Amino acid sequence: MARATALAHFRRMVSPIASWLSVRAQGLYCEPADLFIDPVRPVPRAAITHAHADHARPGHQAVLATAETLAIMRVRLGASAGAGQQALAYATPLSLGPVTLTLFPAGHVLGSAQILLQYQGSRALVSGDYKRQPDPTCASFQPVPADVFITEATFGLPVFRHPPAEAEIVRLLASLALFPGRAHLIGCYSLGKCQRLIALLREAGYDAPIYLHGAHASLCALYESLGVGLGDLRPATGAKIPPGAIVLAPPSALADRWSRRLPDPLPCLASGWMRVRARARQSGAELPLIISDHADWDALLATIAEIDAPEVWVTHGREDALIHAITTSGRAARALRLIGYEDDAEDTAPELPAP
Amino acid sequence: MKLFADLLERLAFTPSRLGKLALLRAYFTRAPDPDRGYALAAIAGTLRLPAIRPNMVRALAATRTDPTLFAWSYEFVGDLAETVALLWPGTGSGTLPGLSKLIETLAGAEKSALPAQLATWLDAATIPERYALLKLITSGLRVGVSARLAKTALAELATPKIDPDEIEEIWHALAPPYLSLFAWLEGRAPRPDPGAAPIFRPPMLAHPLTAPDRTTLDLADHQIEWKWDGIRVQLVATPIERRLYSRGSEDISTTFPEILLAMNFHGVLDGELLVIRNGDIAPFGDLQQRLNRRTISARHMTEFPTGIYLYDILFDGRTDLRALPLATRRQHLEAFLSRHPDPRLHLSPLIELTDWPALDALWASSRASNREGLMLKQKSSPYLAGRPKGNWWKWKRDPLTIDAVLMYAERGHGKRGGTYSDYTFGVWSEDGRLVPVGKAYSGYTDKELVILDRFIRTHTLQTFGPVREVEKTLVLEIAFDAAQSSTRHKSGIALRFPRINRLRPDKPASEADRLTTLQALITAEKNR
Ligand SMILES: [Zn+2]
Repeated sequence: MARATALAHFRRMVSPIASWLSVRAQGLYCEPADLFIDPVRPVPRAAITHAHADHARPGHQAVLATAETLAIMRVRLGASAGAGQQALAYATPLSLGPVTLTLFPAGHVLGSAQILLQYQGSRALVSGDYKRQPDPTCASFQPVPADVFITEATFGLPVFRHPPAEAEIVRLLASLALFPGRAHLIGCYSLGKCQRLIALLREAGYDAPIYLHGAHASLCALYESLGVGLGDLRPATGAKIPPGAIVLAPPSALADRWSRRLPDPLPCLASGWMRVRARARQSGAELPLIISDHADWDALLATIAEIDAPEVWVTHGREDALIHAITTSGRAARALRLIGYEDDAEDTAPELPAP
Repeated sequence: MKLFADLLERLAFTPSRLGKLALLRAYFTRAPDPDRGYALAAIAGTLRLPAIRPNMVRALAATRTDPTLFAWSYEFVGDLAETVALLWPGTGSGTLPGLSKLIETLAGAEKSALPAQLATWLDAATIPERYALLKLITSGLRVGVSARLAKTALAELATPKIDPDEIEEIWHALAPPYLSLFAWLEGRAPRPDPGAAPIFRPPMLAHPLTAPDRTTLDLADHQIEWKWDGIRVQLVATPIERRLYSRGSEDISTTFPEILLAMNFHGVLDGELLVIRNGDIAPFGDLQQRLNRRTISARHMTEFPTGIYLYDILFDGRTDLRALPLATRRQHLEAFLSRHPDPRLHLSPLIELTDWPALDALWASSRASNREGLMLKQKSSPYLAGRPKGNWWKWKRDPLTIDAVLMYAERGHGKRGGTYSDYTFGVWSEDGRLVPVGKAYSGYTDKELVILDRFIRTHTLQTFGPVREVEKTLVLEIAFDAAQSSTRHKSGIALRFPRINRLRPDKPASEADRLTTLQALITAEKNR
């Protein structure tokens, strides 16, 4: 192992890509294209991997992303979604001066993309957030060869091993059968997780109405308009919710006064953090569901091996453990230490008041 | 194993009693024999397995995992079994044997073969199965369910439904995997016959005496006794065996061999175990000296000599006397004791007072004489399991004490830095949840502090910074000056100067007080 680490050290920073792709205060910057990727502050020109709030910020002048990402940004950010918007389809190369930019599916949420940058014969692949589990609401992650692979590490600790989401849906339906009088209130992020849960339930044969907190309704409507069928959805506010219904709400609503309207609610929380019992307990969920839109530890390592880039840069998350594992396997790796990306905003568990 | 692992997973996150019961019922219905019987044993604490040390598990994990990643993961997770379950390579593609097969293999395995055997199982198991397996074999299984609750779930499964006390009655004649019990509950076989097995009978319990009760209660109809400040025990002797049970059905025979020797009879008696020196009753703390010991020495037995004050008889030989009125049972008890005398066995004397002022004066003296108060028992009452209304009353010397359950602990500051000396305790709400009602920082002896600290370190469920959440099994008798309504506290109640009066390890958590008891105390105070 010592030898492998030494080798990795020798290889570190060999890639010429570091001379044209670097970290600035605004975010990851591609100088020859004058382009920021997922910048955390307003910039003249941004490419956005996906529409989660910590990646798609308001106030940029020109925004480049998939049509779906742009549509979601318009719903969420309104007028500040970007003065000029340019939609780009997957796998369609676009020239930005001397740089060629291509989007490939990341499998994270609807419209999510990896960004491939090619310049002077070198290829840098920016993953954004991604997962490898199948997701009926978005295109699957597509591995692309690269010289440098820039990966996220939200679940970059070996304890995070997500079971198949379908198996968690089976647990949810079993709980509904066991507690038919209790509304199952599922805390989940409004973009991606919510729609994926609904789609998985529909795939599992659950065709009863699903009730939505107001925060979730608009994005579900947008998904439907973009061709993702979600079945019979109803507003949870103002409606009489039958016992045993499934209600989706933001995680913060679990501990909220809002949930008191439900018949004997059974709080559930869908998040990758639910894998660790202490985290699950803190969330107050009675049924923690381990469903995540991020790659788990095994998927991170498998993806890095599959893309087989000689060098891996790790953006945000638990990068220490992932870099340790990558270098141990003989590959060069370094942390980019990007800031401004929440420790996985879409998977944050609510902090309930201590009992 | 999957069903059992699923059950543990759900139980761990289900706070309400009703929810737990539903999960247990579903498990016992779906799991096959003999798996479910072993699961019952694991929950009820009757499973005996060769203990595997955590160090062995750690060493085994080291053969399959990166040490740096293991250390970081362990730091994040905070639990060894969980860390190993999560980090073990693979995610369980093989077939793990059923729970019963696992347990039978473990029971018969050579110690040196255990690591290899365990590795084979961990390879086959899913992550929740690994967790359940590792918790089971390292004796670290904390299900958060009492034996009583498991029995209640079983009783609800029976057709027609039975009372859990019917299971309690034969419990000690049964052994894992409880095939005859399930056969009976499912109507496939008659009730298992305990025969001459020395089984525990569920005791009859008293209600706290409240101010309104005094106006309705006719003293002439009641047998009045001291409420002794020891632990309630049941003496069971049959032609084949003698046993001493605590009120929570725990077999404490080996801790008090001298009592066993005094039981030269066949029958079932109800009484109070006390330390008695030259006829004087010693404080409860003296009895604790005996209770806390694993092994007992002759010197210890001389220093803390025990005896029993008997107050009821349930069986004379194999004759069940429980349906008889108390007054008649008392005559039986007196005759029984004169037939089987022993210096360690005393008759709990009757107090012949029929007016409240005299009784009040006597009650006021109870603390000085190391007595806990008075008991008022309806003379016509049969011996009924549980806490039937309007039969027996307990009138504790200090009306402002409650039995609460230890929930959280925090390290103290200054002199007590390092030991867990700040305790949050709770009582049961109507829907069967523990509700925190206060914090106590004092009242314990140095020895009790050591016991509490050890309990907390070995029964931690999880930590929140400096706070540890513990298994909700230890009952604390909390003394306090007053109970007041409070909008600042989630429970709606604030206790003035709560302190730990003593530890009640003999008392099951399920028998701790209820929130309604505290609410009634507030009302009673207002009406004074
Ligand atoms: Zn995201």
